[in-house]
Amino acid sequence: MTNPTVTVPAAPVPPGRRADRRRGSRTLHSGFYPYLFIAPAAVCFLSFMAIPIVYAIWVSFRTVKVSGLGLGSGSRTEVWAGLANYSAVLSDPEFLASARRALAYGAVLVPVMLGLALLFALLLDSRRARARTFSRLAIFLPYAVPAVISSVLWGFLYLRGTSPVHWLAAKAQVVLPDALSPDLVLFAIANIGIWGGTGFNMIVLYTPLKAIPSELYEAATLDGASEFQIATRIKIPMVLPSLIMTLVFSVIATLQVFAEPMTLRPMTNGISSTWSPLMKIYRDAFVQNDIYTASAGSIIVALATFVISFGFLRLVRGQAFAQESR
Amino acid sequence: MSVNPQFPALRTSRRRFLGLGGAAIGAAAAGGLLAGCGNDSSGESGPVELTFWAWAPEIEKLVEIWNQQNPDITVTVSRQDAGDAAATKLLTAIKAGKGAPDLMQAEYQAIPSMVANDALADISEHLNSETPGHFNDGVWNSVTLGSDAVYAIPQDTGPLQFYYREDVFSDLGIDAPVTWEEYAEAARTIHEADPSMYLGTFSSKDPGLFAGLAQQAGASWWGIDGEAWSVQIDDDATRKVAEFWGGLVEEGVISNQPMYTPEWNAALNDGTQVGWVSAVWAPGVLAGNAADTQGKWKMATIPQWDAASPATGNWGGSSTAVTSQSAHPEAAVKFAEWLNTSADGVAGLVEHSAVYPADTEHASTALDAPPAFFDNQPDFYEITEKNAEAVQSFTFGPNVNVTYSLFNDEFSSASEARSQQAFVDALGAMQDGTVDDLTKQGFSVK
Repeated sequence: MTNPTVTVPAAPVPPGRRADRRRGSRTLHSGFYPYLFIAPAAVCFLSFMAIPIVYAIWVSFRTVKVSGLGLGSGSRTEVWAGLANYSAVLSDPEFLASARRALAYGAVLVPVMLGLALLFALLLDSRRARARTFSRLAIFLPYAVPAVISSVLWGFLYLRGTSPVHWLAAKAQVVLPDALSPDLVLFAIANIGIWGGTGFNMIVLYTPLKAIPSELYEAATLDGASEFQIATRIKIPMVLPSLIMTLVFSVIATLQVFAEPMTLRPMTNGISSTWSPLMKIYRDAFVQNDIYTASAGSIIVALATFVISFGFLRLVRGQAFAQESR
Repeated sequence: MSVNPQFPALRTSRRRFLGLGGAAIGAAAAGGLLAGCGNDSSGESGPVELTFWAWAPEIEKLVEIWNQQNPDITVTVSRQDAGDAAATKLLTAIKAGKGAPDLMQAEYQAIPSMVANDALADISEHLNSETPGHFNDGVWNSVTLGSDAVYAIPQDTGPLQFYYREDVFSDLGIDAPVTWEEYAEAARTIHEADPSMYLGTFSSKDPGLFAGLAQQAGASWWGIDGEAWSVQIDDDATRKVAEFWGGLVEEGVISNQPMYTPEWNAALNDGTQVGWVSAVWAPGVLAGNAADTQGKWKMATIPQWDAASPATGNWGGSSTAVTSQSAHPEAAVKFAEWLNTSADGVAGLVEHSAVYPADTEHASTALDAPPAFFDNQPDFYEITEKNAEAVQSFTFGPNVNVTYSLFNDEFSSASEARSQQAFVDALGAMQDGTVDDLTKQGFSVK
């Protein structure tokens, strides 16, 4: 963006143009154009980010009080609730259980997904890899399937009555456990996340691998490094900043897990309506019509996400932004 | 109000039959007659324009007939997602102060929470004095909430009845169960004959069915006691129902997996689910999910607790309500009365789907042939009419959605635990959660 105080360099300019330039610079000094240019972004930010956030914070401190039977007009008034909604959410065993489940889900999902993504990226980048474009596309493709659709597809595979896997197992006289039972459902859901997310993260990691100068590999090879040593000693350290970024994004996505359990829920007794924190918020808002508690819950989840992701970034700042700061 | 709005694809088939079917039936005098009484336009120029939120298939065709006959009251349909979604949208519009329609298709169990949110108008003063006489007391009670006010006009109901695979029953030499005891016996016989086969399932995803079964047993989960609500979910009647189903699940003679899943659909079609306690709209669902089994099913009256005094419950059904934001309640009531109580309206509701009209006066004329999937049972609607008369009274409260959500969660774990005691405990949790929610919101609770 043009800085209004920048003086025009005294380059040789045809006389006719000089006047125009000066007029332009005078209007710039009046300070109008910068605001015009940022106006669309500012309006969008205010209408779709700032105002809704402020409103959600406001609503989270309110509640409705009903009197008597609550029928007829005037029996329902909105009142100030103070921190009551927050304490209700934080002391709600269902919310705490959902938070624990989200963390357990992340503990399964994030290492497996990023591990696979890194492995695939390294394999694709190795010199012996064949059919790279096809493999890259094939691994990436699940990311293009919306979570709701992939959950329905996996649901069919998990349900005993419709699953070809269970059908084959039955032919072989093997009884497979029910993937949607309460004990296993966390893994069933994490599996959908891994299936959908690995490809995207692989691309994110593969791109910086391609940017590593090949002289490094030549030098390493001359020094007698094997393909495996090149991967662990050169490639992984070089993509570490990208790895940390994908980690942060994955952790955020983990805390917000919603579409997969929500879609699988009608198919099984194993997923409650408050299985994940966002499902609990959804239930409060749209099943129980309690937007007040739901707002408080949203703000708690947003703050927790903020603290966890920024806290983590601070912790690993040395590595994550090593290149930028040097 | 099903609490599973997030799986529309699987739910559609049932919703279709909870709604009403519209039809292009020859337009006749009833609408004109109704439009003639009362004086609505009150000095306004031009026709009154009404908007109508509904999700029933082809309702537009019925509305078209009305519009032709009533140039002074024009109704425009705005198509909505069924049930919960439309109700939530209405409450949002009410909270915003504008944007609500004049008329609204409302499920019975949603009416108290809509009234509690001041979303519906009391239409008693605009009502034709003969309108209440068109409906059974139980149905009428659900639109008045037992008060002098009237909040909606009933459209269709879903009396519970029993569907079974007659071929399987006769192969095993058993008859349709008349009592629940016989149902349990039949369930055992069937599962013993073929361990992959079940007479039914207990679905933790369908609180509406469980409420209907409790209603049959004589429960009424909410009540108005003077100026306070009462909650009787964990009462003897409902406990009897929970113990019965919990016992069958614990024994393993019926399934514990939810209904309306891909698995359940497949089981209906491949003959591993050979019975279904459901409502009058079931033929449509069976036709959609189990097309291969056409001609093999029969319908019977639901098994009884006491065969000497037949009773049943209700699952589904909806009404037409006038919202509190309507500027023309009188005109809106006229349309709602025509739609749900005139010969043309009722015939139109029946024509295109298996909807069972709430109106008792025109129902039998309109229901002259059995549903296509049950053309092997010519007396289908004669039996249904008898069943509908036996629907017990039941009052819904202002937080049905909270209770239904509790049902989903509590009975999910109880079904998974396969324990009769867990079923009974789940009821206790529903009772406590419902009362706590009412108290927290500030309702007076006795």
